[in-house]
Amino acid sequence: MSGASEVPKVLIADDEAPARSRLRDLLEECRESFPLGLVEEARNGREALAIVNREKVDIVLLDIRMPEMDGMEAARHMAGMQAPPAIIFTTAFDSYAIKAFEVNAIDYLLKPIRVERLLGALNKTRGGAPVSRHALAAAANQPRRHLSVHERGKIHLVPLADVLYLRAELKYVTVRTVEREFLVEESLTALEEEFAPLFVRIHRNCLVARAGIAGFERNAEESESGWAVVIRGTNEKLPVSRRQQAVVKQFR
Amino acid sequence: MEDVASINQTGAGIRLPNFCNLGVMSRSLLVTNLFVIAAAFVRAASPEAVLREFLMMAAFCEPILIVSLVALCASRRILHSIGYAASLAVIAGFEILVAWLVSLAGAELLPDQRVMPLAQIVVLTLFVTGSLLAYFDLRARALSPAIAEARIQALQARIRPHFLYNSINAVLSLIRSEPRRAERALEDMADLFRVLMADNRTLTPIAREVELVRQYLAIESIRLGDRLRVTWRIDSMPADALVPPLILQPLVENAVYHGIEPSPDGGEIAIDIGLAKGQLTMTLTNPLPAESRATVGNKMAQANIRERLQLHFDAEARVKYEALDGTYRVSISIPYITAAA
Repeated sequence: MSGASEVPKVLIADDEAPARSRLRDLLEECRESFPLGLVEEARNGREALAIVNREKVDIVLLDIRMPEMDGMEAARHMAGMQAPPAIIFTTAFDSYAIKAFEVNAIDYLLKPIRVERLLGALNKTRGGAPVSRHALAAAANQPRRHLSVHERGKIHLVPLADVLYLRAELKYVTVRTVEREFLVEESLTALEEEFAPLFVRIHRNCLVARAGIAGFERNAEESESGWAVVIRGTNEKLPVSRRQQAVVKQFR
Repeated sequence: MEDVASINQTGAGIRLPNFCNLGVMSRSLLVTNLFVIAAAFVRAASPEAVLREFLMMAAFCEPILIVSLVALCASRRILHSIGYAASLAVIAGFEILVAWLVSLAGAELLPDQRVMPLAQIVVLTLFVTGSLLAYFDLRARALSPAIAEARIQALQARIRPHFLYNSINAVLSLIRSEPRRAERALEDMADLFRVLMADNRTLTPIAREVELVRQYLAIESIRLGDRLRVTWRIDSMPADALVPPLILQPLVENAVYHGIEPSPDGGEIAIDIGLAKGQLTMTLTNPLPAESRATVGNKMAQANIRERLQLHFDAEARVKYEALDGTYRVSISIPYITAAA
């Protein structure tokens, strides 16, 4: 949240133009009792992230079902920011999401939205703690399609398809793509759970993307099992632990 | 019994089956031949003789069956008009006559075949005919609660809450800026829900169903704008063809939900309706974005339509669902029937 002197800026993210214009109308009605700054609009999660990257947004009204990137994934990327905006989900009907929101105490509004409800949700954003990444992760029913890296207040999206491997460091996980490495503040176990079919564990501290495996090398140095995974598009070789040695057989 | 007429009209057949229906014909053939096989086992002196006995009796039964089915199909309307009890008597008398004639002809053609005594022919014919008609009657009774059940299911599957609330939301957004459009949208919604909540057991002209789909698409295009593009190819559509109500609308709704909404640029839904070899064919094509996943709702609508087609047309309806590189296609083919026929 911004300081008390500033009026909060709102972002409406919804793929349907009439839904956006209705929310805009309702926000105008709220202005009297809840001073608001500019209202921005986005047509999907990706556009919403671009706007959040570009300018400071305080409150996001986020539709769940959107093309390109749904509201749930966009919220999860935003929640990793240093000063994340307050997120209010909007949905016409999504029994799964509603149940998950209730369980994880996440705010949402049902469409058609009443102005009283909207005002109530806006008021709740004052001083309330932003929704946690864990609550969002717990409420999500499908894996994200990107990992997000937060650098200098900006969200960088790394498509899952580009990730070659994930390696746990002390506090972070290193995300390796062909071009470069990123650090994300997530746990390797949680990542393994979320993206189970895409990755295979080759070591206590390492998940390799199935698509990132170029081959296996025998008699590798610094490998207790003697095997190493050769990573596609790089000349890196990652050791396979004795416990995960069965992986080699799976692929050869 | 007030419903009988309307249900008979749909071809589901209460009490007296529709003998022109492929399913009824094949079931009659199957049941009769099972009787013949059983009789062959009873009569055969040795296991080797079973086949011979079967062939002998089949040669006798098959002509009776085929003649009967053709005749019953041809005289279906007369039978329906004289009522169930009278038509049972007519069918029984007719079957005995056919069996007797075939038996005489058989004795003529095959010298070693003795002419069966008339009493025996009467008993056997009445037994087989009675069993078959009783079977069809029971089957129709067993299925008729299913019609009611399917109707309820249809209702539940049809009103996708997602559509309902999003549409109301869209209309709300129009009320201030474009009141006229909001009015039209509410009128379309009223028409749509009237059909959704109606008794949907009787068939409806395809032209009415097309109108309904147009109204549905008009509502959706408020929300989706130019993301939703529709191409109709219905120049050769016989407007009087009868179809089960809500045969197309739920499929178009699926196409919008799975094919258009998940894509930021939307896509095109193509609807083709025409006649091919006496069958009414309906084909619906929509893009299948990578994001779109098969969901329970989708499967429910499909199962629902398959079931209703089966109830109305038995084996004569065909539904095919195909997903091929980025496109999803549903093809339905049903007998071309009109209200006049």
